[in-house]
Amino acid sequence: MIQVNNLSKTYNNGVKVLNITNLEIPKGQSFGLVGNNGAGKTTFFSLLLDLIQPSTGFIKNNSIQVNTSEAWKPFTAAFIDESFLIGYLTAEEYFYFIGDLRGQNKADVDALLAKHEEFFNGEILKSKKYLRDLSKGNMKKVGIIATLIGSPEVVILDEPFANLDPTTVNRLKKIIKELSDNPEVTVLVSSHDLVHTVEVCNRIVALNKGEIVKDIETSPETLKELEAFFAV
Amino acid sequence: MFKHFIMLEWKAFLRSASLGTNIAMKIFIGFFAAYFMVIFIAAGIGVFFILKKSGLEPLSTVNKFMIYYLVMDLVVRYFLQKMPVMNIRPLLTLPIKRNTIVHFTLGKTALSFFNWSHALFFIPFSIVLMMNGYSVLNVILWHLGIMALFYLNNFINVLINNKDSVFYSVLAVVAGLGLAHYYKLFDVTLYTQPFFQGMYETVFVFLIPILLVVATYYFAFNYFKSNLNLDEGLAKKSEIAKTQNFSFLDQFGTLGTFLKNDLRLLLRNKRSKTTLTMSFLFIFYGLLFFTNSIEAYRSPMFQIFAGIFVSGGFLFTFGQFVPSWDSAYYQLMMSQNIQYREYISSKWWLMVIGTLISTILASFYLFFGVHTYLLVVAGAIFNIGVNSHLVMLGGAFVKTPIDLTTGKGAFGDKQAFNIKTMLISLPKMLIPMALYAIGYYIFSPNIGLLFVALAGILGFAFRNYVFSQIEKIYKKEKYATIAAYKQKN
Repeated sequence: MIQVNNLSKTYNNGVKVLNITNLEIPKGQSFGLVGNNGAGKTTFFSLLLDLIQPSTGFIKNNSIQVNTSEAWKPFTAAFIDESFLIGYLTAEEYFYFIGDLRGQNKADVDALLAKHEEFFNGEILKSKKYLRDLSKGNMKKVGIIATLIGSPEVVILDEPFANLDPTTVNRLKKIIKELSDNPEVTVLVSSHDLVHTVEVCNRIVALNKGEIVKDIETSPETLKELEAFFAV
Repeated sequence: MFKHFIMLEWKAFLRSASLGTNIAMKIFIGFFAAYFMVIFIAAGIGVFFILKKSGLEPLSTVNKFMIYYLVMDLVVRYFLQKMPVMNIRPLLTLPIKRNTIVHFTLGKTALSFFNWSHALFFIPFSIVLMMNGYSVLNVILWHLGIMALFYLNNFINVLINNKDSVFYSVLAVVAGLGLAHYYKLFDVTLYTQPFFQGMYETVFVFLIPILLVVATYYFAFNYFKSNLNLDEGLAKKSEIAKTQNFSFLDQFGTLGTFLKNDLRLLLRNKRSKTTLTMSFLFIFYGLLFFTNSIEAYRSPMFQIFAGIFVSGGFLFTFGQFVPSWDSAYYQLMMSQNIQYREYISSKWWLMVIGTLISTILASFYLFFGVHTYLLVVAGAIFNIGVNSHLVMLGGAFVKTPIDLTTGKGAFGDKQAFNIKTMLISLPKMLIPMALYAIGYYIFSPNIGLLFVALAGILGFAFRNYVFSQIEKIYKKEKYATIAAYKQKN
């Protein structure tokens, strides 16, 4: 589904923040990206969404080169950070807005929201708050559910577990697992948390200073291997 | 401890976004400040002689109007002087006594521009008084009293900050007194003037304002200290949100989706509300021109200039920042399935609607004759047909992130000023002025109007071409725009 070819990103000051010669993510895979701060996780996702320009190489999403065509947008959904939320809308308005852009009517969106009512924990829908006034965790919940609107084929979540309470983390794991059970959906998740990532992903890639240093299929030994790698 | 605080303040000042722009801007601000200082000082020196010349006793005349001066000062402070509360949040958990924090915060307000700027007027004035035979000691006492009154205002402002009901009732009373004074019904200065005069004539009245300053400082101190919690005095205010569906816009498809969002953008953010207020005020800008009160504005060129501005206030104030209005969530917009064309035309429609509303509201110009209103209508047609395109073309080069939650910066953004935008802006005014003048002088005023309106209709024909040009710019500048919007100021 996603092919990375000689991709690198170098900033003006000469610092190379990402360098991936070759990476293939097949359709239906749930792909976990782990690494320390500055490893290049968000840079990779930003390149995948064509928010920054690659210095060399390219990414193809479903055979569409992302920095030359926009045809990947209809089937790709992402939540990177709060700048993906529109602060002056209520949660419902935001969901309907995204729904409109993805060709979903109000009823479709309502059905999806009803399905995830538990995830919201009663603090988001009809809360009489604009998104800008929600707590960080609740903002994240809104952003994550918004990526599910319109059944996208590629779902990209940057640090989805951060800022969430333990109960919500477990509910989120359930949602991601459900997504990855669907052979049509490719999920890409990044995280600092090895345990969570190992649990929801069937393939894990570790980045260090922009280079791929590990690429493993998840098995019972994966967590140990990763922990050994990141041990001090 | 205070040494650290002062260092923090100094750094905050030096590194603030408004100061950190460019050298040219700094020099410009410097000149501007110097200009005002000179004016204040000159007024302080000059007012003595001017009053004397008109046969008035300078000191008692100043004392007479002192009460209005003080109230004006309070009004200005209420709207402009910022309470320095937010930047003490990080200090709360550090090992610093609460009293120290509060003393420092209050002390900082004392150093504000709103206090010392008055000294620029009153120090020269006092010196001139002393040089002209007024008792030196008494002038000094009077001066101390007056300065204490400004500090009194300073701390009153701290206490009534954000208490609109208190503020507006005080304002209403004073405005009423002022009107009564003007229409010679009741003269409040007869009662207040002796007090100010007393500060000069006696050696003890000046103590009253000083004692009042001490008292208000004490109250402000206690008020602040008891509110020094994140959930009270330092809390961010959040409004109760209401969902607005604007479902009547659904029939317009994607265009409707964007229009809905833009309406919410306008109605729910401080910054955009300021823009709306400003566009409303622009409607009355024409009064300066159409009442013939200013000689230089009577020429036909300026008449059509006014017509453009009256109808185009919203178009200019809103349009110049498209797409910056969406800067906070531009990454979202760029990764969604969005047709640029729909996005651009939504903003365009919004400007058209704004221009139409302004034109309808401006119909009171009919009192000045049909021709005057036709100037506004011709201006509106030109605005819709030509200026809406130019404004958006200029906006495409503006990469200033907009902070929707503060009203500040609505009065022209320094960073938004660049050569490209400038060049695109010039024809907005010059073309209609030239067209109208040509028609006016060669044929008749009505032909001049016709020229302007025809240019507008002609411009309308280029709509699709301009939209695709803007689309190209958006695409070309995409990465640079995203990067620029990420920088918070």
